[in-house]
Amino acid sequence: MESSSATLVTAAGNAVNEAPAQTGGVTKIRVERLGKSFIERRKRPRRAEDPGPGQEVKILDAIDLDIKEGEFIMLVGHSGCGKSTLLNCIAGFERPSSGRVLIDGVPVASPSPKRMFLFQENALFPWLTVAENIEMGIEAAAPEDRKPAEEYLQLVGLEKFGDYYPHQISGGMGRLAELARTLAMNPDVLFMDEPFAALDFMTRCLMREEMLNLMALMRKTILFITHDLDEAVQLADRIVILSDRPARIQRIFELPFPHPRDITAGDIGRIRKQAYLEMGVNPII
Amino acid sequence: MNRADAIPQPVSPVSLWQSLQHLLLSAPRSVRPIGAFAIVLAVWQGAAWLGLFSTQSFPSPLACVSGMREVILDGRLVDYSIASLFRVTVGWYLAVLVAIPLGLLLGWHPVLHDALNPFLQFLRPISPLAWIPVAMLWFGIGDRPAIFLIFLASFFPLAVATASAVTNIKKLYLRAATNIGLKGFRLIVRVVLPATLPSIIVSLRISAGIAWLVVVAAEMIAVKSGLGFLIIDSRNALRMDLVIVGMVAIGAIGIVLDKGIRRLETLPNMRWAIGKQ
Ligand SMILES: Nc1ncnc2c1ncn2[C@@H]1O[C@H](COP(=O)(O)OP(=O)(O)OP(=O)(O)O)[C@@H](O)[C@H]1O
Ligand SMILES: [Mg+2]
Repeated sequence: MESSSATLVTAAGNAVNEAPAQTGGVTKIRVERLGKSFIERRKRPRRAEDPGPGQEVKILDAIDLDIKEGEFIMLVGHSGCGKSTLLNCIAGFERPSSGRVLIDGVPVASPSPKRMFLFQENALFPWLTVAENIEMGIEAAAPEDRKPAEEYLQLVGLEKFGDYYPHQISGGMGRLAELARTLAMNPDVLFMDEPFAALDFMTRCLMREEMLNLMALMRKTILFITHDLDEAVQLADRIVILSDRPARIQRIFELPFPHPRDITAGDIGRIRKQAYLEMGVNPII
Repeated sequence: MNRADAIPQPVSPVSLWQSLQHLLLSAPRSVRPIGAFAIVLAVWQGAAWLGLFSTQSFPSPLACVSGMREVILDGRLVDYSIASLFRVTVGWYLAVLVAIPLGLLLGWHPVLHDALNPFLQFLRPISPLAWIPVAMLWFGIGDRPAIFLIFLASFFPLAVATASAVTNIKKLYLRAATNIGLKGFRLIVRVVLPATLPSIIVSLRISAGIAWLVVVAAEMIAVKSGLGFLIIDSRNALRMDLVIVGMVAIGAIGIVLDKGIRRLETLPNMRWAIGKQ
């Protein structure tokens, strides 16, 4: 608690401007002293300081985080620090070892169609066409939210590919199709675990643009894991940097800037540089 | 293009071999198996003419062809094939109807799986032929013991394969499905079944092959019709040509059955799994 609240203060001190205009200020997700430990099963621990087999390994250490309605949060941290574990706990796919997660004031017990998870791998059902996949999302939506599948295909620019099977379209299109299926369910919250990590650089940049367009259309609360700091600076309202294991909140950067953003200039550029340095990378080499 | 085509050359054994090679490689692929069949038949017939073996115990292809003419004309070949196919169809369908739902259930319920899977694994390696005495004791003679044997032979591989297909579904699909809000029966029908269908179809193919193997063995014992009966009856009558005709018919029908089930694998919503197995 000590360390994370201390970093919160420094992060607030670093904030350049007032809170982002889009956020209503209502807390959507509250993470309270969330901790998670696993029993080490590896015969030989990965790192020298790790405990031996059968002992507890602490992955998350009392994480506190408040996320406002409509906020776009980017989670950044070194590989293996526990980002996916944190997101899985918040989404209800995993049970925390200690602490709790409240969404709309209610403790999270299990995954819900109101909170959709986009995984790193493509989770379109391969036995259904793109349109049928989206159809599946529409069926799960509340009756008043249901719109024809074509609308969602159009939304992500895949109107020509409704009859294709997932293995017949490119990786980027697959991500967009899955995003369309997800949006068809009209969730309040999106959890995205490195959704574009498997794509090439160009496609990833196009995806950023696509995300921005979609977010302008329908403001959702988003928790997004990435390794790509530029992606984070480009899209986020706040960047949360997690420390190495056991993960705590190391630092939070506020980005109350409107889009479109030039991530190399002005205050944004300065924050980008700080974020790089915070991750132990020199942005100017 | 081979240069040997363009420039006429004196025929030497080497260039003859080259042009033969060229011919073999340029012919459509479907010719290859036919060529292999033709060569085997030619060697077999040649050896028979040269008297390399006694045609009494192993007739020549031409003798078999005349034997085949005989059983086609007196209607036995068709009747017996239908009799065998009938037993296979009934036994195999029964197995499919019982084994696939059971396999889905076992794969889905960890407790049932832990309790029953070792039992299935234990029964599976017992050859269906070992059940013949039991089948005859329970069902007497006629179609029923044969159908029972086919049922058993197809049941175990189908149930085990279905259960393991369910336990091997990519967790990602199940997570996505629960996130979408699918539960219970809808989850099984909309996600579990289609996700396992490709492996189920492979095991359908394998079990149909086993069923076809077993029907012949079963017909050698308990019935008076079918291709297995043709073989055993002809052997007793010392008609080796008809024994071979029976074998050929079994092989040919087996190929057709397999091809038929293979067609399922190329259905559009099944292609995703091709290359994964
Ligand atoms: N089910 C589990 N049992 C034991 N240890 C686990 C389990 N799941 C995750 N871990 C461990 O927890 C740590 C954090 O994993 P996690 O997947 O959350 O990391 P991450 O930050 O998402 O990494 P990456 O950026 O590589 O995706 C890892 O060291 C991993 O070995
Ligand atoms: Mg991860």
